[in-house]
Amino acid sequence: MAGADAVGGERLMPALEAAAIHARLKARFGDAIGDLAGTRRDNTCATVAPAKIVEVCRFLKTESGLEFDCLSNLSGVDYPKRSVIQVVYNLYSYPHRHLFTLKVDTPRDNPVIPTLSGLWSHADWQEREVFDLLGVVFEGHPDLRRILMPEDWPGHPLRKDFVEPEEYHGISTSRESLLKA
Amino acid sequence: MSLINTAPEMALTTKVDDFLNWTRKSSVWYMMFGLACCAIEMMQTGGPRADLDRFGMAPRATPRVSDLIIVSGTLTLKMALRTKVLYDQMPDPKYVVSMGSCANCGGLFQLAYSVCDGVDKVIPVDVYVPGCPPRPEALTEGLVKLQEKIQQERWLVRTPSAANA
Repeated sequence: MAGADAVGGERLMPALEAAAIHARLKARFGDAIGDLAGTRRDNTCATVAPAKIVEVCRFLKTESGLEFDCLSNLSGVDYPKRSVIQVVYNLYSYPHRHLFTLKVDTPRDNPVIPTLSGLWSHADWQEREVFDLLGVVFEGHPDLRRILMPEDWPGHPLRKDFVEPEEYHGISTSRESLLKA
Repeated sequence: MSLINTAPEMALTTKVDDFLNWTRKSSVWYMMFGLACCAIEMMQTGGPRADLDRFGMAPRATPRVSDLIIVSGTLTLKMALRTKVLYDQMPDPKYVVSMGSCANCGGLFQLAYSVCDGVDKVIPVDVYVPGCPPRPEALTEGLVKLQEKIQQERWLVRTPSAANA
């Protein structure tokens, strides 16, 4: 981030390399933090034990020198071969201009992760989206409802084994091709 | 030369249905109903350059006084149910224009789990306008086609089939 250290006359706090962020996490939380993965500035990440995610995020948010004040994205990925749903947290620090990614694996048949909505209020809707599309239950969430799909939709459509229903309230979900073979 | 005060006194004769249809086709009020990118083109069609006002068309903010619903954009299954409700709220006679590939058949998003492949699965469609999205000219042509359709309707004049009944 050369040349970006003075914006609007205000001196920014120094950005940390991903390795340094990871080292501080490792020193504090030990085995709950996985190895550092990724090669570029914007894809370096580490796995976190599900039970520790709130603590880790609170540390990242409040600790001096880290100050990740923005959860810029929260998404989920389904890995049926590993029988895992992975929730991905993209964190960003406005004061430091550095970023880091956390990944949490949760079992596919009972995906439960503590909510971050007490820490970042905008996690509320993003967690609702992951719940809606992948069925991850965020424990302690104040209002865990579907956010995109209809309230009475069957299943979670971003799961790899999701089967589209034949019809929805009498509307068939397929259409015959106009191109005749 | 001024034309003022030069025309002779006269009466025009026409069929009652033609007159009714002429009044109705000249004030088709469409519902403000935009779903996706087609809605941008629909707004453009209502704007000063394409100018739907010259056909007596004006957007209305409620289905209760609308004659026409232009389904402009990708119709999700969630929205399909609501579209049906809106259509049911419109007073007869009412018309539907399906604008763009998505409203016609699901278009690009046909295979998506959340998309209703065509608005004709939910409500009857009078005019289909192809395009992705259709230009304002295309939508204008669709609406002129709709006017032609309205002009051909029969309401009061006795038709042969009704006379025999």
